[in-house]
Amino acid sequence: MASLADKTSLDGALPGLRGLPFVLLLIAVAAAIFAAGRWFGSSYAFFVGYVVLQYIVLGSAWNILGGYTGYVNFGVTAFFAIGAYSTVVLNKLMPALPLPVMILVGGVMAGLVGLGTGYLTLRLRGVFFSIATLALAVVVQTLITNWDFVGGARGAYVMRPKVAPLIGGEYVQYLFLIMLGLVVVVLATARAIERSALGYGFAAIRDDEAAAEASGVPTLRLKLIATGLSGGFMGMAGAPLPFYVTYLDPASGFSLNYAVNAIAMPLIGGTSSWLGPVIGAVLVGGLQEYLRVTISSAVNVLVAGVLMVAFVILAPQGIVGLFQRKKR
Amino acid sequence: MTALLQVEGLGKRFGGFVALDSVDLDVQRGERLGLIGPNGSGKSTLVNCICGTLRNESGRVRFGEAVLDGLSAHQRTRLGLARSFQLPRPFGSLSLIENIRVPILYAVNARAGGGLTGAALATRCRELLGQVGLAGKADLRPRDLTQIEMRKLELARAMATEPQLLIADEAMAGLSHTEVDEIIALLIRLNEQGVTVIMIEHIMRAVMAFSQRLAVLVAGRKIADGPPQEVVRNPDVVKAYLGE
Repeated sequence: MASLADKTSLDGALPGLRGLPFVLLLIAVAAAIFAAGRWFGSSYAFFVGYVVLQYIVLGSAWNILGGYTGYVNFGVTAFFAIGAYSTVVLNKLMPALPLPVMILVGGVMAGLVGLGTGYLTLRLRGVFFSIATLALAVVVQTLITNWDFVGGARGAYVMRPKVAPLIGGEYVQYLFLIMLGLVVVVLATARAIERSALGYGFAAIRDDEAAAEASGVPTLRLKLIATGLSGGFMGMAGAPLPFYVTYLDPASGFSLNYAVNAIAMPLIGGTSSWLGPVIGAVLVGGLQEYLRVTISSAVNVLVAGVLMVAFVILAPQGIVGLFQRKKR
Repeated sequence: MTALLQVEGLGKRFGGFVALDSVDLDVQRGERLGLIGPNGSGKSTLVNCICGTLRNESGRVRFGEAVLDGLSAHQRTRLGLARSFQLPRPFGSLSLIENIRVPILYAVNARAGGGLTGAALATRCRELLGQVGLAGKADLRPRDLTQIEMRKLELARAMATEPQLLIADEAMAGLSHTEVDEIIALLIRLNEQGVTVIMIEHIMRAVMAFSQRLAVLVAGRKIADGPPQEVVRNPDVVKAYLGE
C-alpha cells in the first residue's frame, strides 16, 4: 500500500523538456533586465527594482498555496521574517558564508515551518486556516522580539559589504541579481506546477477536498507540498532583506506591508496563472514607489488595500482573468 | 468464492445517535446491488464508511484481498473503489475534460504499470466524456451544465478511476423519466464491462429495473437482503415504508 501512496505523480511536477524553453526565456529576460540596469547605472533603480522583484517572489510563493490550492495564508510575515532572521543569525555566526547559501538555509527553515504549519492546521479549512496562520505570525514575532541573540526588540545591524562579489560595483546590484535569480526559480516552479499533475491536484483540493480524495488525490500530502514550497519561497524572499535594509528589527521585518502586498499582488494580477503575481507586483510595487516619491511614504498600504478591494469586487479573476475572458 | 466487498458488523455513531448498527453486507464480483431505505436510514453513512470519507467505530470493511479500515479515501479509490456523490461535487474551476483528468492522473496513473500522458490521456478523457454523452461539452465548466449533465459528469469522474466497484449514491434524484432511463442504461452498460455496481436510490422503478439483489436499511440496521421481488413483499420492509 505504501508503494501505491508513494507514487504520487510528483514525477510529473518536474518541468521536463517542455518547460526548458520557458526557463531559458526567463533567464534571457532576466539577463536583459540586469544588463539594462547596469547600463542605466542608477543605484536608485536597483533599490526600487529589488523591492519589486522581492514582491514577485513573495506574491508567487503566496499564490502556490493561496491561488492554486485555495488556502489563504495571512501569516506571510512569519515565513518572510524567518528567512530574514536566519540570515541575521548566520551572519553573526559565519559572516563569510556566501549570500546564496544563506538564502538556501533561510528557505529551508521557512519551508520546514511551512510543513509544520500545514501538518498542524490540515484539518482547518477556509477562514479557520487563515486565522491559524495569522496566529503563527504573532507567535513567531513574539519569539523573535524576545530572542536577544538577534537583537530582540532593539533590532540588529547587518553590515553590507561595500563591493558586490563576482560582478563588482555596488552591493545592491548583487542583491538585485540574486533576487532576479530567485524570480526565475520561483516562476519556473510555479509554471511547472500549473502544467503538471500537481497543479491539477491542487486545483481539485481548492474546488472540493472530499471529491478530490474520492478521485484518488492524496490531499494531505499535496497540502504539505504546497505549504512547504510556499513557506520556503517566502523565506528565500526574506533572506537577503537584512543586507538590503542593513538594520532589521521586528517591527520592520514583520511589517504589515509584506503581508498585505503578498496577498494583494496575486489577487490584482490574477491567481490562476504564474503571470498574475508578476503583473500585480510590477503594477502595485511600481505605483507604490511612484507615490512614495511624489506624495508620501505612508500611502503604500492604502494603495494596495484600495486596489485589492476594487479588484475583488470588480474583477475577481484579476488582470490575467480580464484578458482570458476577452480571448474567449 | 469470496465476495468483492465484505462489510462485517459496521457501526457508526454521531454523538448519541446510532447511524449504523452492526451492518453486514457482502457484494459479489460483477453483481448489481440495490440499496434502499427511508431518509435518514444510514445509506449515505454506509457509503461514506465504505469509501473512507467517514471512519467507522466498529466492524470491518474488506475489499478483495485488502482490509480497508484505517486507509484514507484516496487510497481506497486507488484500490478500485469509486463513488459518486449524492449532490454532484464537480471541480468548479476546471473544464469538464480537466475534471476527468484528475482521477486518471491520481487514481489510474498511481497504480502499478499505469501511466497515461499527453495525447493518450486527452483521448481517454474524451472517450469517458463520450460514454456519458458529454463529449461536445469537454471544454465547458461544470456551471454551464444542467442537472442531469452534472450527474453524468459525476459518474464519468467515478468511472475514470477505472473502479472494480462503483457506488452510485442517488445519482437520479430529481431527474425526469427518460433521464432516469438514461442513467440506468449507463450503469448497466458499465456493469456489463465487468464493474460491480451498488445503486442507492429512492426511485423504486429504477431500483427494480436495475438490481439483481436488494438490501434494505432502516434506522441503521439491515432488515432485508435478497431477490428484489421478495424483498419488496417482505412485511418488515412494507412496514418500514408504509407504517403499520
